[in-house]
Amino acid sequence: MIPSAFDYARPSTVEEAVQALVDAGEDAKVLAGGQSLLPVLRMRLAAPTVVVDIGRVPELRGITEDADNVVIGAMTTHYDVARDHLVQDHASLIARATETVADPQIRHRGTFGGSLAHADPAGDLLAPALALGAVMVVAGPNGRREVPASEFFVDYFTTTLAADELLVAVKVPKHTGWLSHYEKFNRVAQAWSIVAVGVSLRVSGGQIADARVGLTNMASVPVRAVGVEQALIGQPAGADVLRAAAEHAAEGTSPGSDGNGDAAYRSQLAKVLTGRALSMAVGG
Amino acid sequence: MRVTMVVDGVSYTDEVEPRTLLVQHLREKLGKTGTVVGCDTGNCGACTVHVDGHSVKSCSMLAAQADGCEITTIEGLARDGKLHPVQQAFHDNHALQCGFCTPGMIMQAIDLLADDPDPDERTVRHGLEGNLCRCTGYQNIVRAVQDAAHRLKPAAEADRERETVAGGE
Ligand code: FES
Ligand code: FES
Repeated sequence: MIPSAFDYARPSTVEEAVQALVDAGEDAKVLAGGQSLLPVLRMRLAAPTVVVDIGRVPELRGITEDADNVVIGAMTTHYDVARDHLVQDHASLIARATETVADPQIRHRGTFGGSLAHADPAGDLLAPALALGAVMVVAGPNGRREVPASEFFVDYFTTTLAADELLVAVKVPKHTGWLSHYEKFNRVAQAWSIVAVGVSLRVSGGQIADARVGLTNMASVPVRAVGVEQALIGQPAGADVLRAAAEHAAEGTSPGSDGNGDAAYRSQLAKVLTGRALSMAVGG
Repeated sequence: MRVTMVVDGVSYTDEVEPRTLLVQHLREKLGKTGTVVGCDTGNCGACTVHVDGHSVKSCSMLAAQADGCEITTIEGLARDGKLHPVQQAFHDNHALQCGFCTPGMIMQAIDLLADDPDPDERTVRHGLEGNLCRCTGYQNIVRAVQDAAHRLKPAAEADRERETVAGGE
């Protein structure tokens, strides 16, 4: 099928984009890379009256750094994020997770900010952003504000973004030299994660000095596996410690049940995948 | 709205409705029916084309988003009546049965070889993750892509030419 008719706006600055959203009211949709939106429009699961295409706003693309953060423009594609040296050096968990998103064609078009704003709990970038303490830079009619990832995700497909607000960039605090792995479980190629686990560890002299663990699709929003983190910090990075820590993975989560598996199955998966992710991060 | 794009080396300017999908524009307005549509969900990859040198699913992009871009479709690959080496490798390795997935497979294969000119089997399978084939079981497709990689290698070209000369053909 083809989408139902809509008006199309193509702003060239963030301010114009916000104005287009203000003018359009509640019925507007922001078109970023379009890899989730276009299929939804084609199946007519959504029929916005206005589509605001932010693909020609130069400020939204590219990756920079400041003293403490890697700053990822919202419209930077998955392909560019995964290959970027700043991301690989200072936020390797983001690179590892991004490599697993969908398939190559979709990674060429899909964007970092689009995935976060879409807030699908099975999306692979939410948990890594949360685990690394990312901060969302949001533009609206009254200027810009910053929202930590821990407050940004509200529910299934729901963020704190208002209808007239736009995600501009994401500041990811530098985790230079941390060991990372993203372990994703799905049944067929290009399918969404049933459960996935992102881990990032700072290991020094064989000891785990710090740990961040984020879970994908274990609740309506991404969650930090705090129990796992606490069981790791200050311990030697050995197989026994990793295995024991992974046992805490499902604590405090509220996974859904669907055709891919029920809540108990997801909880078990979270532990198994956390164990794998930890040993992969330490071993390679 | 008015959009301009270069498709297979020719520039076209047309009026399109904003909701027009790129694939629909290619097929219905420009007659590029070599690019096909296999699904509504962005999963099958049959519609894969190159936009500014990268593979994309042309069903998951608006024609408006391709305004000002350079597009290559399966129809733009052959040179002077000679198939592109990847097309020839698909032919020689019997990498198709019904052929519906083939335009997309070939466009994606070219993209993956541009990123990795000498991929192992695993890399080929991962690189074709976004393309579904309901006929072949993929074996010959993977074989064809690896065969194409050898054909495309400059060293291999030189070797083959030497062989040809030595063989007196
Ligand atoms: S037609 Fe299936 S992915 Fe485009
Ligand atoms: S040859 Fe028939 S779908 Fe691939």
